Amino acid sequence: MKLFECVLLLGLIVCAVSVGFTRDLLTSIIIFMSYSLIMCVIWVLLQSPDLAITEAAVGAGVTSILFFVTLKKIKAIRKEEQDEPEEG
Amino acid sequence: MSRRRDNYENSRWRRFKRWLEGEIDPLTEGGVGLSKAPSSTAASLEGTDRGREPEEDVALSPGDLEKDVALSPREPEKDVALSPGGTEPDTLPALREPGGRGLRLYRKFYQIMSIFLCLGIICVLLWTIAYLPAFGNAGNPDNNEVSARYIEKGLEETGAVNMVTGMILDYRAFDTFGESCVLFIASCCVLVLLRIDDDGGSGDAEKRKREANDRVFEPKNDIILQKCACVLVPVIMVFGIYIILNGHLSPGGGFSGGAVLGSGLILYLNAFGFQKTEQMFNGRTYRRITVSALTFYCLAKSYSFFTGANHMESGIPLGTPGDILSSGLILPLNICVGLVVACTMYAFYTLFRKGGI
Repeated sequence: MKLFECVLLLGLIVCAVSVGFTRDLLTSIIIFMSYSLIMCVIWVLLQSPDLAITEAAVGAGVTSILFFVTLKKIKAIRKEEQDEPEEG
Repeated sequence: MSRRRDNYENSRWRRFKRWLEGEIDPLTEGGVGLSKAPSSTAASLEGTDRGREPEEDVALSPGDLEKDVALSPREPEKDVALSPGGTEPDTLPALREPGGRGLRLYRKFYQIMSIFLCLGIICVLLWTIAYLPAFGNAGNPDNNEVSARYIEKGLEETGAVNMVTGMILDYRAFDTFGESCVLFIASCCVLVLLRIDDDGGSGDAEKRKREANDRVFEPKNDIILQKCACVLVPVIMVFGIYIILNGHLSPGGGFSGGAVLGSGLILYLNAFGFQKTEQMFNGRTYRRITVSALTFYCLAKSYSFFTGANHMESGIPLGTPGDILSSGLILPLNICVGLVVACTMYAFYTLFRKGGI
């Protein structure tokens, strides 16, 4: 169990550092999501399941979705080619 | 461009004054005006001009050559400035031209300083952690009579098996009320910032058209997403309701359950589009649910708030601990918080998506 916790904490650090070093905004959001998921498992290990539920719903779910929507609004996510004729 | 080359000309104040008067741009730090740079002919003219200038300088001040070089670090920059300015006229000369050496230096300095700042903060925080008392130590300052009272008398006084919920919705109900209000205010602020009005000017009409376009094509009737949502959304909803209703019995409570409910609503909206969700949930529903939940919370606990958030008898029987219908006011308050949180999550998403609920 100790080893598992260490691996999770290491993953947390790796995620936190790599969010800052990623060029692509979409990638960094997905890394941020995975950070929240790891944090969720850590909350369960720390015996606070209510925080784990909140972390999973808010951190990995709603916040990332809001980030995605914002990126789409500011046109930071490029649309796929096949969607273009549909738009026009 | 023949200038007097004395100490005053090189001094910081003279350059500051010229910057104030708009003659130079401090970022292209060579005394080159920004206005001259963009056009290529001007740049080439400037180039010849500048090419001549160092010679003039040397001719003018042959005596104190070392002093001149020492005083003004401009000449080397100008020499470098010639090569890209002449060969490749750019639209952004201020950024490309090596006149922006100060800018590049600043950027490097900024990076290094940010790394140092980060490392410094990490060191300070780690150093602070070293002084924290050990986890779970009985002599820690948080093991005082307050937590002892909560642990010993909590079940008896609030009737909630889940001690955390008993704390936040009974002893500390005022704090939770503030949190719910903060959520409501946050959604109001997002509404103010992102809402697209119906009666706007001509600019708004185009904006609304674009938003409508976004709205029509957003849910692309993805069959995989719809089938997944058919399976997942009921489970998510039931789980959220379970968390809220069992807030006083098992881990969870209003906030967690509300967040789960909100995520389920967002998933449903993504799969089936706005038209279907608006049948059951629109702006009016949002307002009604949120305001009535907050009002109920406020009224139900107002006697306690009025007396300084002291714990008082509510008159509602606490019931058997462990039953769903127990622990007095905690269950309705949990439902209120959960509704407010779920509505706020959903409202955030719709406001971000289409600028309206």
